[in-house]
Amino acid sequence: MLAIVGTVPDKDFPITHGELSLDRDLLKFSSSSISVNRGTSALMAAAVVTADMLGTQAPYGFLAGDIGHGKGSRNLYSYLTGHIHEFEPNTLTFHYLQPIAHWHDKVLNAVMALRGKPVLIADAGFMYAAKMSGSARSYDLFTPDLGELAFLADESSPHPFYTRGFILHDENKAPDLIKRAYNHGNAANNLLVKGRHDYVVHKGKITATVSAPSVEALEAIGGTGDTITGIVSALISAGYEIQKAAGIAAYANRLAGEYADPSPATSVYEIISCIPCALDKILGKDGSRIKEVTTHA
Amino acid sequence: MSFASFFRSRRSKKDLPRDVDSGILIFDTTSEVISAEKVLKENGRQIRVMGPPPEVQTGCDLVIEFPHMEELDILRTLKEAGVSPKDVVPVSSPLLRPVDLFNIKDFGGHLMVRAANMKITVDKKSLVIVNISGGGCPDVPYLASEMTGKNMHQAPSPNDIGHTLCAYALQLAYEEIMKRCSQ
Repeated sequence: MLAIVGTVPDKDFPITHGELSLDRDLLKFSSSSISVNRGTSALMAAAVVTADMLGTQAPYGFLAGDIGHGKGSRNLYSYLTGHIHEFEPNTLTFHYLQPIAHWHDKVLNAVMALRGKPVLIADAGFMYAAKMSGSARSYDLFTPDLGELAFLADESSPHPFYTRGFILHDENKAPDLIKRAYNHGNAANNLLVKGRHDYVVHKGKITATVSAPSVEALEAIGGTGDTITGIVSALISAGYEIQKAAGIAAYANRLAGEYADPSPATSVYEIISCIPCALDKILGKDGSRIKEVTTHA
Repeated sequence: MSFASFFRSRRSKKDLPRDVDSGILIFDTTSEVISAEKVLKENGRQIRVMGPPPEVQTGCDLVIEFPHMEELDILRTLKEAGVSPKDVVPVSSPLLRPVDLFNIKDFGGHLMVRAANMKITVDKKSLVIVNISGGGCPDVPYLASEMTGKNMHQAPSPNDIGHTLCAYALQLAYEEIMKRCSQ
């Protein structure tokens, strides 16, 4: 089972968990429904359509309301610390949570004590906390964008807001930033770096670069990075090897973006609705298509 | 589609002189820092928002650096405004400096500004905020829902409704895009 942990922008939303489904642009689980927009709901929706396409079990969601005070995140951290052993996911993806180092450590300890260690994926605030607490190497996959990669590469920065100026967020420097992040122990075993070029990385070595199709407007659309993380999470949970899943996810997200023909004002749901077609094009040919668009370094 | 991408450095003219003994104000939450900064700047104080030293870092925090000589006045001002810090300590090690680089991308009809990990995109003609992306703190989806679809002069500013470092980064991007669209 794939489990996804994150927050929704509603301070009164209680801790809720359950199997996820999608009804148009509404994400449904337990007795709740939330509209799909940028953030964890976009990640979850992308994972739902991917799992549906693969014919695997629907993802399971853990959500709490948080508008930045951190209260909902702390409650969710606490809940997971005490209850994660009741669920035993094979893949566990952490997303928009207030980055709080000591709470991160408690949750990670609880996860590491599970009978079978799940594949651990982190993005957004939880990835910040994982790096800050010095635990990056406990994770199987981080999915940073270029700004977040610069943060991982800056060993002294506790948050992307403090990334030092000499570590410029320059697309051309991504390979150097990747090396630097690994040299300081601040990267997961695998990275999927999201940018103009998407880099798939294993233990410091770039194993694939996905650059096409190039849809420039995607960078401005909130949630398009979240959808990649949702797709790769569902693929890994379905049994795809991490590196291959990362390459497929990067390519599928680009294809979905191309199919949606977006402008910078497009909503992420329009991209998500094109993910099944994109995956069908890639996976319908036994995964062979992905080889045509990746350049091995 | 035209494309331009470049960096611009942002330095405040009101930065503290480097030879002044400084202290830092420590608060419970980033939103209290944002409120205190607003009060002190409106009061004409020479302060700056910085990253905390390692011994007080929790992961998503800011501190306010101020001239130590003005401690009593500053604490009185903050007390009157109802935003007293939980602690005041002297600066003992170099503080982290917030990001001061912007990445600008012109999509033709839309302009995007990125500060650190936060991006804001505006329709150049209508000045409507069409998208907010990036970030990882939980108020980012909230900020996006409150600001997107509104004219940037009528939308709430991130400093008024945000609570985290991502909100603070978005505020910098928001100020930069306001400046560029007003030119």
